[in-house]
Amino acid sequence: MIGLNHYLAVGAILFTIGVLGIFLNRRNVILMLMAIELILLAVNINLVAFSAYLGDLTGQVLAMFVLTVAAAEAAIGLAILVIFFRRRGSIAVDDVNRMHG
Amino acid sequence: MIFARNPVHSVLWLIVAFFNAAGLMLLLGAEFIAMLVVIVYVGAVAVLFLFVVMMLDVDFASLRSGFTRNLPFGIIIALVLLAEIVIALSAWNAGPALSGRAIPAAPTQNIVALGQLLYSRYLFAFELAGLILLVAMIGAIVLTHRSRSDTRPQKAWKQIARRPGDAITMADPGVGEGMKL
Repeated sequence: MIGLNHYLAVGAILFTIGVLGIFLNRRNVILMLMAIELILLAVNINLVAFSAYLGDLTGQVLAMFVLTVAAAEAAIGLAILVIFFRRRGSIAVDDVNRMHG
Repeated sequence: MIFARNPVHSVLWLIVAFFNAAGLMLLLGAEFIAMLVVIVYVGAVAVLFLFVVMMLDVDFASLRSGFTRNLPFGIIIALVLLAEIVIALSAWNAGPALSGRAIPAAPTQNIVALGQLLYSRYLFAFELAGLILLVAMIGAIVLTHRSRSDTRPQKAWKQIARRPGDAITMADPGVGEGMKL
């Protein structure tokens, strides 16, 4: 029987993979954004699992809001990435240091 | 996903992860959230990522230069983080409310119950979410839009505001005289 702990384990592993992805691909902004999406997905799995096992729909409402914020964040992040690439011709994180004044 | 050499493969693995999560949510009885994950994540976010990865002509191989150097340390960090989460979870007592199986689905449908909750108790937060999406949309458009000088777009307001008096001049040159325009 699949219990709450199994879902929480999936969420924890997904969260860890996301953190590892941010750590490993420190120079590639696109992969960092994708890893952030993975982390938010892990949070969503946890929220929905708790919501189902508590019989309370509030968790699913919160999961919807997390989804909304994730979509908005991806859109804004990729827009910033596109204009950065247009200006600098590169998306390496090391090049993002031109904001002095 | 994070080990893929090609970022396009990485996006495809991300889509696989989204589908798996949607399946898990379906198993939990949250049909609406599962469909929302498929539609929003796979249909919008992943396609956006794919679009940007393919549109930007980036040398991805050079971006992986620190990958192998970071790999052992990163895996150690990840294992420590995972161990911390597992220890915290195993030490945590779920309490009587959480110790059984999933609460069976309510007689009302998931979508109906969620909608009633969203439009009554969480109405303000729901509208705030809509506002966030609106701001994100306007922000993305404003950020990426550029007016190019080499295009000749149609300016409707100029066409509407044009009057015959601005465009036509009546000239009445005399006989044998030239006319200066």
